Amino acid sequence: MNTGDPLLRIRDLHVEFTGFRGTTHVLNGVNLEVRRGEKVGLVGETGCGKSLTVKAVLGLLRGPNVRVRGEIWFGGRNLLADPAHELRELRGRRITMIFQDPMASLNPVFTVGDQLLEVIRRGPGRDGARRLSAGAAEEKALAILHEVALPDPERIMRTYPVQLSGGMRQRVLIAMALVNHPDLIIADEPGTALDVTIQEQILRLMRSLVEAKGISVLLITHNLGVVRETTDRVYVMYAGSIAEEGRTADFFRGPKHPYTQGLLASVPKLTGEGVPRGIDGMIPDYGAPPPGCRFAPRCAFAQPRCQSPPPWVNVGEGHHVACVLYDAEPAARSS
Amino acid sequence: MGYSSYLIRRVLLSVLVLLGLSILIFTIARVIPGDPARIALGPLASRGQIDALRQEMYLDRPIHVQYAYYLSGLLRGDFGESLYTHRPVTDDLRDLFPATLELVLYSGLIMVLLGVPLGVLAAYYRDTWVDNAVRLFSLGGVVTPAFVWAILLMLLFAHALAVLPVAGQFSASMTPPPQVTGLVTIDSLLDFNLGAYVDFLRHLILPAVSLALAGIAQAARLTRASMVDVAGRPYIEAARAFGFAEYRIALKYMLKPSMIPTMTILGLDFAALLGNAFLVEAVFNWPGIARYGVEVILRKDLNAIVAVVMIIGLFFVVINFLIDIAVGYLDPRIRLAHAEA
Amino acid sequence: MSTVAGTFRIARREGAARAWYAFSRNSTSVAGLIIVVVVVLWTAFAPWLTPFPRHARAFTDIEHANQPPGLPYLFGTDTIGRDIFTRVIFGYRFSLLLGLVVLSLAVPVGVALGLAAGYFRGWPETVIMRVTDVFLSIPPLALALAIMAVLEPNLQNAMLAVSVMWWPWYTRLVYSLVSSLRQEAYVQAAEVVGASPAHILLRELLPNCLPAILTKMTLDMAFVILIGSSLSYLGLGVQPPDPDLGTMVADGAKYMPDLWWISVFPGLGILLIVLGFNLFGDGLRDVFGVEV
Repeated sequence: MNTGDPLLRIRDLHVEFTGFRGTTHVLNGVNLEVRRGEKVGLVGETGCGKSLTVKAVLGLLRGPNVRVRGEIWFGGRNLLADPAHELRELRGRRITMIFQDPMASLNPVFTVGDQLLEVIRRGPGRDGARRLSAGAAEEKALAILHEVALPDPERIMRTYPVQLSGGMRQRVLIAMALVNHPDLIIADEPGTALDVTIQEQILRLMRSLVEAKGISVLLITHNLGVVRETTDRVYVMYAGSIAEEGRTADFFRGPKHPYTQGLLASVPKLTGEGVPRGIDGMIPDYGAPPPGCRFAPRCAFAQPRCQSPPPWVNVGEGHHVACVLYDAEPAARSS
Repeated sequence: MGYSSYLIRRVLLSVLVLLGLSILIFTIARVIPGDPARIALGPLASRGQIDALRQEMYLDRPIHVQYAYYLSGLLRGDFGESLYTHRPVTDDLRDLFPATLELVLYSGLIMVLLGVPLGVLAAYYRDTWVDNAVRLFSLGGVVTPAFVWAILLMLLFAHALAVLPVAGQFSASMTPPPQVTGLVTIDSLLDFNLGAYVDFLRHLILPAVSLALAGIAQAARLTRASMVDVAGRPYIEAARAFGFAEYRIALKYMLKPSMIPTMTILGLDFAALLGNAFLVEAVFNWPGIARYGVEVILRKDLNAIVAVVMIIGLFFVVINFLIDIAVGYLDPRIRLAHAEA
Repeated sequence: MSTVAGTFRIARREGAARAWYAFSRNSTSVAGLIIVVVVVLWTAFAPWLTPFPRHARAFTDIEHANQPPGLPYLFGTDTIGRDIFTRVIFGYRFSLLLGLVVLSLAVPVGVALGLAAGYFRGWPETVIMRVTDVFLSIPPLALALAIMAVLEPNLQNAMLAVSVMWWPWYTRLVYSLVSSLRQEAYVQAAEVVGASPAHILLRELLPNCLPAILTKMTLDMAFVILIGSSLSYLGLGVQPPDPDLGTMVADGAKYMPDLWWISVFPGLGILLIVLGFNLFGDGLRDVFGVEV
């Protein structure tokens, strides 16, 4: 696995919204890294802030009611310090995204070809490369459609999204994400809108393409099975901050954070060991979040110390937990 | 393929509506209390005269026969004679309708060419002063009847500022071009008569704008609302995530989907211009069909009423049909749905 | 279109208080409400709140004819000496009356048909909706003219004509609401328990349609007044000497630009009341979150 300078580094990211109910403090100090050639998973339940983190990276969180603090380092620059048009240069070229719902993400009144070509035309950057001719762009489009295993690419270019099946649309989105050879692809729950078997195919396709081209991936999902199969490293997010990070293998063998343990225990097993427990309680109200560890109200092991922000403890190689349970104890507690 | 079957379906529907309208008018006309022939001839007519007219009007025949004569007359364009002008109604229409039509066409053009861009601007510069100004204007346009606009604009531009003519189609010194189509703008160009063209346009501005204002306001409002709605859709967020430029997103990827719901209502507004033209013509002494229409109603001039109503109906049907074509073109889902059906 | 049922709440008592709170935060909506209330009250008590109540009927005072706006004739006088201001206030009576009558005729009919079509499905639905579609595809102008052709031009017949044009909109609105609402859990629960269709229609479905219906009625007041004044302007509605705003504008048009006040003030009067109902209705639409 490649180490070396991380491609993407999110440091202490905070995001707040002001509405008429006051301020909601959603992202509470997110720290995350993706290194070159890595496939990193970001896991968490709905509402934990995964999509928000992604939007922050893409620079799509702008508006009068949003406050973003922290640093996002990419390609040697802090994206949060850059003006909007600089960020636009990166989008679609060096950082691309694969969306969750392929039907909703494609413009229904334009052909697939139209939208794909628009992405391709952005390909040559400001760094001197000239614009592609129409013929060259068309060739590129057909080539990438072929790569994502879509039959009859010429016909597909002329169709409208509504004429394609869900799986085919998802492949189109993958094509759009790959065609400009990005450094990083952020995949937001790819395939969740599709049948399980199609989702399988899609994920396998993605993995082979990404590995062949050496593209880094940040995979957002709530599906632990996908994480296990596809990623090198995992981050678990809860209520706006990272609860645990580690190598996928270590992680599944021995999860440390009470939340992670609860998550893994919630997955029903085919061996039929009884009904899974689930985790009591609900995610906190971001308008009035608990001080300190946001999982404390639901945690079976909560202590008075949990009222202050949890420490970030190293519990193994590349394995960290945000929990007091693992602090001030000798790391001799091996598993 | 699917598109042509869609169109054929729309044509058939239009024909049905016209047919239905003709039946409706026919029924209403027969519902008038009293004897149409007597009403037409007045209280001093003799029995003999009334009977003669009744025979002429086929009033002594059974009702379906009457309808057959009526319908065949309509299809031939023969509406009979007007009791108001004592001329064939078709002649009256040919004299008066083109002026109204021309007014309506130019108003419609103004409506779309001004209204839609205003809406786009308001959506793009949302919540800034541009947006508020457009919304204020839209509000004013929507709540004010066309005839009030006509009066206010006339007072301001024709009287107070005196930059535009007060009424009529031409200045007293100008000779109108020979009638070819009946539409002065086209006729004057065909005649290479630039002077008449310009003069006519100067006379056209105030009536056309008064007529169009409500439509402009509505178009701006609708376009803005559509654009704002589309702006929140996932595919626009996706477009941003791909790094498309904001202006390109607005003018291409947001505008086209926005126009689909807007078009239908714009079409209705355009069709409604014909009704409002009635109101504006009087203020500007525009020689169109408005005064004729009102007079024949007051006089219960059946033949003319039928003609006026049918021509209004025809206009609506044609406009609706054109809108259906446009929407079918814009929204591929409609075309495709019919292809599979 | 698909979010109709999902976007508004049943107005319970706290709901009403919350709705008022949301409404009152929007200054234009409140302005609309104030305009409507002021106009309604003023015109209701017109005989006591206007300087020259007798001018509202047949009245002549040639000495004071053609006066420009000033005192004591705030909006000036017309060609036979009647105070325009008083007549405008009295004129609002006809506008409001037209709106009320048209809506009280059109709305119950339209809503009832919409409820029936949406809930009972089958052939009642087909018949009702086909008829509604036919009415909606007839150009309103043509229909109004056709009806007016048959009847004498006066206020009552104008009200009748407009009502006939109006009910299909409510049928269509309620039909689409009911079509989505009938899938809701509380309707199916009521059916399972054995509630009668009347109960379901009146106690479950109708209250949930009310916000949309009320909003549309408010906006329609504006629209009906507009159309009514247009008909009167053409001479097909209220007849002289009754002071209707549309007829007043038409009468004054001949004397433009010299006696401009005879047309302009009634015209502005129309603008004001239509504006009021429009803003008020828009505010309701925002508060209830309906698509109308």
